[in-house]
Amino acid sequence: MEEPDAEPPLMVVPGVDSAARQLCFEWGPAEMLVCETLFGGRGGGEGRPSSSCVFVVRKDQDIYIQTLRKLFNESHGIFIGLQRSEEEFAGKSRKTQLVQVSKNYRSVIRACMEDMHQAAVSARDPALHSQYSTQVSILSAMELIWNLCEILFVEAAVAGPLLLRLLDWVRLHVCDVDNMVREVLSSENPSKHELFWNVVDVFVLQGRMDEARHLLSKEASANPTSVNMCRILDDLMKKMPVPSLGNTQTLTEMELKWQHWHEECQRYLQDGTFASNSHMESICKILLGDENAILEKKELMTTWYHFLVTRLLYSHPTVKPMELRFYAQSSMDLFLGGESSPEPLDTILMAAFEFELHQVIKECSIALSNWWFVAHLTDLLDHCKLLQSHNLYFGSNMREFLLLEYASGLFSHYSLWQLGVDYFDHCPEYGRVYLELHIERIPLNTEQKALKVLRICEQRQMHEQVRSICKIMAMKALRNNRLGSALSWSIRAKDAAFATLISDRFLKDYCEKGCFSDLDLIDNLGPSMLLSDRLTFLGKYREFHRLYGEKRFSEAAKLLLMLMTAHIAPCSFWMTLLTDALPLLEQKEVIFSAEQTYELMRCLEDLTAGKSDKQKFQDDDVETMKVEMLRLALARNLARVIVKEGTLEGS
Amino acid sequence: MEDVCAKFVSQKVSKARWRPLPAAALQPPDVFATGSWDNEDNRISIWSVGDLGNVGLSGEYQGEPQLLCDIRHNGDVMDMQFLDQERIVVASSTGNVTIFRHHQNNQTLSANQRWEKAHYHVDRDASCGGAACTGVICSNPEIVTVGEDGRINLFRADQKDAVRTIDNADSSTLHAVTFLRTTEILTVNSIGQLKIWDLRQQRNEPSQIFSLTGDRVPLHCVDRHPNQQHIVATGGQDGMLSIWDIRQGTMPVSLLNAHEAEMWEVHFHPSNPDHLFTCSEDGSLWHWDTSTSVSEKPSFLHQGGRSTTYFSHNTINQSVVSAWLSNDPTKDRMEITNLIPNQTLSVNSLDILGPCLVYGTDAEAIYVNRHLFA
Repeated sequence: MEEPDAEPPLMVVPGVDSAARQLCFEWGPAEMLVCETLFGGRGGGEGRPSSSCVFVVRKDQDIYIQTLRKLFNESHGIFIGLQRSEEEFAGKSRKTQLVQVSKNYRSVIRACMEDMHQAAVSARDPALHSQYSTQVSILSAMELIWNLCEILFVEAAVAGPLLLRLLDWVRLHVCDVDNMVREVLSSENPSKHELFWNVVDVFVLQGRMDEARHLLSKEASANPTSVNMCRILDDLMKKMPVPSLGNTQTLTEMELKWQHWHEECQRYLQDGTFASNSHMESICKILLGDENAILEKKELMTTWYHFLVTRLLYSHPTVKPMELRFYAQSSMDLFLGGESSPEPLDTILMAAFEFELHQVIKECSIALSNWWFVAHLTDLLDHCKLLQSHNLYFGSNMREFLLLEYASGLFSHYSLWQLGVDYFDHCPEYGRVYLELHIERIPLNTEQKALKVLRICEQRQMHEQVRSICKIMAMKALRNNRLGSALSWSIRAKDAAFATLISDRFLKDYCEKGCFSDLDLIDNLGPSMLLSDRLTFLGKYREFHRLYGEKRFSEAAKLLLMLMTAHIAPCSFWMTLLTDALPLLEQKEVIFSAEQTYELMRCLEDLTAGKSDKQKFQDDDVETMKVEMLRLALARNLARVIVKEGTLEGS
Repeated sequence: MEDVCAKFVSQKVSKARWRPLPAAALQPPDVFATGSWDNEDNRISIWSVGDLGNVGLSGEYQGEPQLLCDIRHNGDVMDMQFLDQERIVVASSTGNVTIFRHHQNNQTLSANQRWEKAHYHVDRDASCGGAACTGVICSNPEIVTVGEDGRINLFRADQKDAVRTIDNADSSTLHAVTFLRTTEILTVNSIGQLKIWDLRQQRNEPSQIFSLTGDRVPLHCVDRHPNQQHIVATGGQDGMLSIWDIRQGTMPVSLLNAHEAEMWEVHFHPSNPDHLFTCSEDGSLWHWDTSTSVSEKPSFLHQGGRSTTYFSHNTINQSVVSAWLSNDPTKDRMEITNLIPNQTLSVNSLDILGPCLVYGTDAEAIYVNRHLFA
């Protein structure tokens, strides 16, 4: 076993005094049961009431946040789409497709973040408000990490475009300054605003040259003394070469231009063009990539990765992906300056800049309280074919491991379990086993839910689970005295034993009440009648009653005899069948032929001979009388049939 | 498909119903109700897709449904019907049947009347004795409910006790109910039978039983042709659409292969019955259009304005009959379109009124299409 990298965090179960009591626990698929085992002495000598609570400790807490359900459901659709799109395209269009998928995931996170933000704004309860706000910041961090991974891994931007992407990334996520910009721009006289130069700096730091120049022009028109300086600075900004997205210029070309421009800036700084205006001088220093000048604007950048991107923009615009790690590390060191230690988010971003994919996923798994993020990100990266070489020493591979964890969490939720099914489907190695174990544990409160679960199992040929669900439903119906329903369920499960049990109940009810219940079902059994012998008998016996009711006596008699001679009827039921023969024997016209009468007699003798004398003695008078009556009726019928058959042959 | 707008609602939607329009209304419907299932906390919600959204300051996309109000509901919402403009009858998995009133002046919902455990198993008084009420249909003021207990209840909105109860009406689960005529109802059950009940008769027996032959595939939904009452459509567990002519025979006139899993709902378009809509567990929603096979004929919608249609009325009628009842494959020119391209989870419910379609899914989303025939 590998040693854990970090001490596992301590979790306090509210309501449990872990210092004074003993705890026991039991693992579940995605949660844990905890209960106290040390109780006060008899009579509660300690005076402390011993609690008898069982606590459920959940691993994936975020699953239970109402607003996030939108995230789970919408991303489920994207996930399925990604699995289906498998290898549809090749090469470049495949990459465009994957980037699009990644963007879709991000837009879902963003939409969810906005909802959460709305909820936070409208929440009156301060505790609730802070809870929502925390969620907003977690979601925003997730989006930040995802976006960076999209640039570095999914899109795998090359030198040149890489910097442009990173700039977009910073602009999108460092939005604390937006309010300040708005405030300055909406004021009557922007250039006189106390934050004016801050805003210009922000634009320069983020490489938003057009906006910075626009502001400078305001300064120029308001302040005639600085017109010249402004014009020069404006010119420098305008001429600054930027990497192009297309292939219109080569990297060397770009580097040459940039070198030239850099020297020009250098000249203006050295001949003291901006000496009279400290603001413009510092901007010029920034343009030159002066680290100290940039670091002075620490407050405006707020984060080390903003610093990193600004620094790259003005000193290494053609940075290659593999060089990122050096700049990233030094930028973080410079920015934090030993004052504070890096937070989990910093470590994650740093790992991404270092192209340590596995480290990113690992750190995210530790820092975030959900599996959603790592499961989906890993799946996407796996589709980019970036994770193939890596195998875990347990389970199958990292993608599958994380998906299994996430889906298990979904299954432990009261209503999100349906989403989990599709995730398990896309785990080739253990998905099926997990699904089998989880699906049986879903509470089935209505038939409709049972049907939905059943459909999931049937689509995947999970016969064992189908049987078990049908059996549960059949048992429930039986307990509720719904024999018809119970029979339907056992027919669906092709469960012969249970069908026999229910058929027996039907027959017992018949013996007690003298009539059948649920005729609509029994009359329409069709081929499913053949599921069990007893069910066949039930169906046939009911058919006998129908024939009898329709006065088709000879057909009824034939069927009745067949039920006994072919041993379809259980022995215990023979007496009832023979009694049913009585009215047929007593009809005016002769129904049973001589041969049939002999058969009937044999059946009666078989039945009585099987019983010992002692048993016979114990049988009540009714039974003996029945036998006597039958014998008499059989004898009389025989007499009549001999005469009838004799005369027929004679004539 | 740009006309469709979706909203994720963080609860699995089991039912979606348009609020009926007042008789003289010319506008398309703009308010609908949804019910959820399989949540710890189920809800009835009222949504608006009308111009109200434009007024909203949040600058949201104008077509997106806006929540007007919602209320907790005990148990899964199994079925739901508007009784009139303000009242909704809701069937619960606990066996309760509740009428909710939507107060339109202050946008609130309240429980107006409740029949506790209208459906129950052996012991009604036991704490868990309720049986799921699976279907409800109303024709103001009458309400008919059916349930897993095989019972049929007839209520009146203004009476506390059931007007009529048929215990053990069916030995299996009743899945859905609809009115055939004012005094007759149709039910479908889990052993593939379609039964007609005449509520005037005191006998607790169906007046007619129709059944699928052979496999006894459970039927989940039923709807009657709005103009020709003898044409009935049902949907089964195997996703098959069956069309029945209840004037003749005991078997369906035609069986149409449709979805790959349970068909949860089937609806004729109320004013344009050449169109039929079905939705299914497999995540698809189909639009069945038979109007193309008789494209020459004028639509029913504009019938009143032209005198010529009057003379050809007889032939129109016949062509419509053949549209649903003909099982001649050469003549059968039914156009079928799947309205959901990337299907994933079950579409549990749909409703159509005028040019508007609403449907809800297990993926916790509701979708509205306001230009169905565009």
